[in-house]
Amino acid sequence: MLELVIFSSLNGVLYGMLLFMLASGLTLIFSMMGVLNFAHASFYMLGAYFGFEISRRIGFWPGFVVAPLLVGAVGALVERYGLRQVHRHGHVAELLFTFGLAFVIEELVQMFWGKLPVDYRVPASLDFTAFTLFQTTYPAYRMFMLLVAVGMFVFLLAILTRTRVGLIIQAALTHPNTVAMLGHDVPRIFMMVFGVGSALAGLAGVIAGPALVTQPSMAALLGPILFVVVVVGGLGSLPGAFVASLLIGLIQTFAVAINLSLSDIFGSGGAAIFGDLWQATVAQLAPVIPYLLLVLILIFRPTGLMGTRET
Amino acid sequence: MGEPMLQVRDLHAYYGKSHILQGVTFDVGEGEIVSLLGRNGVGRSTTIKAIMGDVPPSGSIRFKGREIVGLKPHQVARLGLGYVPENRDIFPGLTVRQNLLLGQKSTRHKGRWSVEDLFEVFPRLKERADTPGGVLSGGEQQMLTICRTLMGDPDLIMIDEPTEGLSPMMVELVGKLLAEIAERGVSILLVEQKLTIALRISHRLYVMGHGHIVFEGTPAALNADAAVRKEWLEV
Repeated sequence: MLELVIFSSLNGVLYGMLLFMLASGLTLIFSMMGVLNFAHASFYMLGAYFGFEISRRIGFWPGFVVAPLLVGAVGALVERYGLRQVHRHGHVAELLFTFGLAFVIEELVQMFWGKLPVDYRVPASLDFTAFTLFQTTYPAYRMFMLLVAVGMFVFLLAILTRTRVGLIIQAALTHPNTVAMLGHDVPRIFMMVFGVGSALAGLAGVIAGPALVTQPSMAALLGPILFVVVVVGGLGSLPGAFVASLLIGLIQTFAVAINLSLSDIFGSGGAAIFGDLWQATVAQLAPVIPYLLLVLILIFRPTGLMGTRET
Repeated sequence: MGEPMLQVRDLHAYYGKSHILQGVTFDVGEGEIVSLLGRNGVGRSTTIKAIMGDVPPSGSIRFKGREIVGLKPHQVARLGLGYVPENRDIFPGLTVRQNLLLGQKSTRHKGRWSVEDLFEVFPRLKERADTPGGVLSGGEQQMLTICRTLMGDPDLIMIDEPTEGLSPMMVELVGKLLAEIAERGVSILLVEQKLTIALRISHRLYVMGHGHIVFEGTPAALNADAAVRKEWLEV
């Protein structure tokens, strides 16, 4: 039991931090555009594929550094030459643009790397056991992922709250006009935020690629969970995104590990009414739990846990 | 005498189909305090927004000898034109000090004003340096917005209704700050609805009515012209 709690907590926090690497960028971008960027998870996928391509040519570590920068550059270009033009036509156009972009990226990835998963592997330098607890081993690569995610979190927090650029970004998200009147180039700031947000998603992809599966559907698999995170946390709230990322990460990981069903708790009596659902274990229901949470949050607390705007 | 610092000629602007500015012409000279007066809705705020590039105008606006129509707001600001919006648009989540630092256009350029200078003029702001701007009183927020713009070291500062809704004591303080600003060689374009401090501190005044200038003159001339005051200013 203790073993399950420790490992599920570790994995839950890891998954949560990975979600936050995406949710943080998505939240910042939402604050400035006013719409959700449907293509955000696609930048995560691009990160994984760029990382794979570079690692296969010159090694994992160069990819770890270069791939996120490349994805950030792609993001900045998309903002500068795509979204900024579409912005004039309103929110619906922006939303549709990001929606289309997600498909474009998915199709391009399939064209270049095929429909099957690619062989993106954990580098040899991190391919060992970090520790063994109750005869279960925990891979060093996962500890590395956790370290990168936590490091990124500290870095983002420091930039946003401790530097002048961070102050300008914070102010520009809520009062773009006033900030422009003070002589700051707001469109350039927005391009930078979009680029950095995309780069963070790319970084998440680079480190998640070897641990999960690098395949063309990886964006579509993660995207919906990401939206659950930002809505549950509260659209536009960075602390909210952080709490919700960890919450969803832990819920998902624990749910998968729990093999209890309603009949185990209340006896087999309910089976007559609920049928198979009564026998279903929490683990079997795990995939639906985040979406259930999303629906409940929207009904009972539409601003999310820590948000201030109506969704 | 050369060209005035700010030269506005035949300015027109539209909001949708309504013709808000219908040929506005005026000047602000170097070191001058000029007031732009008029009732609500005559286009005073639109005039400054057009100068800042926030509303697209037609006509000519020259600042320090350069045509600025068509520039973006941050470009206009970087030429040395400061704007203090009327809605006291402070950044509520940031502290007083952070609000002030955001007014700086760059950290390298040392301007006429430092945070310490401004704290000297407004000890209240110094006391509240580390409190979030959102919890300040209306008057304190007004001070903060003016000081924030000063941090960007403008050569001409345009202030939209700084005394609106303030207590008489606060109005006095604003007047004191404007005098201090002028003393440091910064030109002021004061936009007001009421005559409160405008008559006392201005070198020249313009009165606006329905999208154009209806009076231009000194405070003494406006004081003497009861007809203009009755028709365009008094409620």
